[in-house]
Amino acid sequence: MSADALTTTAVLAGRGLRLSRRNLDAVITSLMLPVLLMLVFVYFFGGAIDTGDTRYVTYVVPGVLVLCAGFGAAGTAVSVSDDMRRGTVDRFRTLDIGGVPILAGHVAATVVRNALATALVLGVAFLIGFRPAATPGGWLAAIGLLLVYITTVSWLSAAAGLLARTPEAAGAVTFFMMFLPYPSSAFVPIDTMPDWLHGFAEHQPVTPLIESMRGLLLDRPVGDAPWIALAWCAALLAVAVAASGALFRFRTK
Amino acid sequence: MPPAIETTGLSKSYGTVRVLDALDLRVETGTVFALLGPNGAGKTTTVRILATLTAPDGGHARVAGHDVVTERRAVRRAISLTGQYAAVDETLTGAENLRTTARLSGLSRTAAARRTDELLDRFRLTDARDRQVKTYSGGMRRRLDLAAGLVRDPGTTRVVFLDEPTTGLDPRSRQELWDAVRELSAHGTTVFLTTQYLEEADRLAHRIAVLGDGRTLAEGTPAELKDRYAGHRLDLTARDPEAYLRLTARAGDGTGAPGTPDPGTLTLGVPTDGTAAHVRALLDALDPHRADIERFALHTATLDDVFLSLTHRESPAKEPARVR
Ligand SMILES: Nc1ncnc2c1ncn2[C@@H]1O[C@H](COP(=O)(O)OP(=O)(O)OP(=O)(O)O)[C@@H](O)[C@H]1O
Ligand SMILES: [Mg+2]
Repeated sequence: MSADALTTTAVLAGRGLRLSRRNLDAVITSLMLPVLLMLVFVYFFGGAIDTGDTRYVTYVVPGVLVLCAGFGAAGTAVSVSDDMRRGTVDRFRTLDIGGVPILAGHVAATVVRNALATALVLGVAFLIGFRPAATPGGWLAAIGLLLVYITTVSWLSAAAGLLARTPEAAGAVTFFMMFLPYPSSAFVPIDTMPDWLHGFAEHQPVTPLIESMRGLLLDRPVGDAPWIALAWCAALLAVAVAASGALFRFRTK
Repeated sequence: MPPAIETTGLSKSYGTVRVLDALDLRVETGTVFALLGPNGAGKTTTVRILATLTAPDGGHARVAGHDVVTERRAVRRAISLTGQYAAVDETLTGAENLRTTARLSGLSRTAAARRTDELLDRFRLTDARDRQVKTYSGGMRRRLDLAAGLVRDPGTTRVVFLDEPTTGLDPRSRQELWDAVRELSAHGTTVFLTTQYLEEADRLAHRIAVLGDGRTLAEGTPAELKDRYAGHRLDLTARDPEAYLRLTARAGDGTGAPGTPDPGTLTLGVPTDGTAAHVRALLDALDPHRADIERFALHTATLDDVFLSLTHRESPAKEPARVR
């Protein structure tokens, strides 16, 4: 990316953040909901779920963080679709700003929003008994993986926002991304799920991600899970960026 | 000097609707050009093609010397656009909107702040600068949108497109926009605007084109158009239904100009240039015995009149009109 494109993306990301700060719904969805969900999981379901000798709150935090990435990404789809529907995209295009910086601005704003949500969730988690054993390197790796995942789902969501004709439809398209963490080891161990789900749960991107984050946070061996998670994200990101470039050209023909 | 805008045989269809059908336009550098037309005539489509936002199906268009399809980037560097529908963010403040647009058009942080202040001042939005746009009135929002369209350095912007810039503005704001347009043109910037108001085109534009059936129905200076197509309309009210029939018969047989009959009110509208001599001549021609006309009223022509007059003259002879 050229310096110009970087400045453009940064300015657009600033705009995206300002827009979401003024939108109470978005603030609640992206900051409060993840915290509330964690409390629900820990206090309502936690007692019924056997996670071995790990406390449930420690077990579930990575899952909640991944889930909240999905919520944040849903916001990307809605704001992209909103820009496309109004005259905004026309003005940007006459300023010779292409589809990629426009979407990258929204994605960057989502990543920043999500980083805040992540910090908030971690803070509350500590208060209610989350006791990770991670090394500093483990923390960095876990947070890094999470950011890569957030970026990936936001780009997928941005592409969905281009595909959808209305912001409401865009919200619906991203439902899938919010759903993805459930059939994985995010909230309950996979071996407690019905047999037919094992195949999917073990071979979807969220499982290696959760396994790596949990392993890194508890300072346990993670094997090649981080690499599998990264490979998934890289492939999905490449698809999302290519698809959104093509969709943008198609929508603005 | 090459023209700022030149189109040849420009055409565009949406599905089976042929919006533009071999449109030819030429706009000289530094002039104000107004494109007139009723709803759905294709004004916005024309602006979008010229501003590189939509690709034409056929024909060519050059803006600031560059082809709008093959040299898109060069065109974009030379233009700015305020579209028909607002492109400002409702939940940002007026100042934030302008600053963002200024930064996006390549100004540095300090230059963007300075330009924002200038534009807020020029469009009387300084008091509302830190309020969210959703609290603005319709006219304020329109003014902000226009300001955002003019954010670029006027020195590098060579063609400014304004799609119905004054729709929804009160007279004072309209006047201010007109001043801004004149100022741009005085600096050598070409302004291409669309409007529904003949008066606006009349006051502002060096040349006017009337769009209809996907092509130019008429093109010329405001004075030329008025000369050619009725600057005023004379409404004649007949004494009784028989008198009305006699009047319409005389108007139709070439004695007078073709008129617009309204049997309900026994009124016949006739185009005129509004001079005493022509009105007197018309009255004499249509009512030689001074018995049929009860009252008359003289109106300044509206866009409707020009249209009626244009379609009236052109529709029976569509083909010759095209040969020119
Ligand atoms: N994206 C589109 N898809 C389908 N039809 C379109 C599209 N854009 C414009 N049209 C059609 O093209 C015609 C011309 O539209 P356009 O917006 O250019 O008219 P206009 O002169 O700007 O009208 P108005 O005065 O109402 O703004 C209309 O019949 C419109 O329905
Ligand atoms: Mg229009």
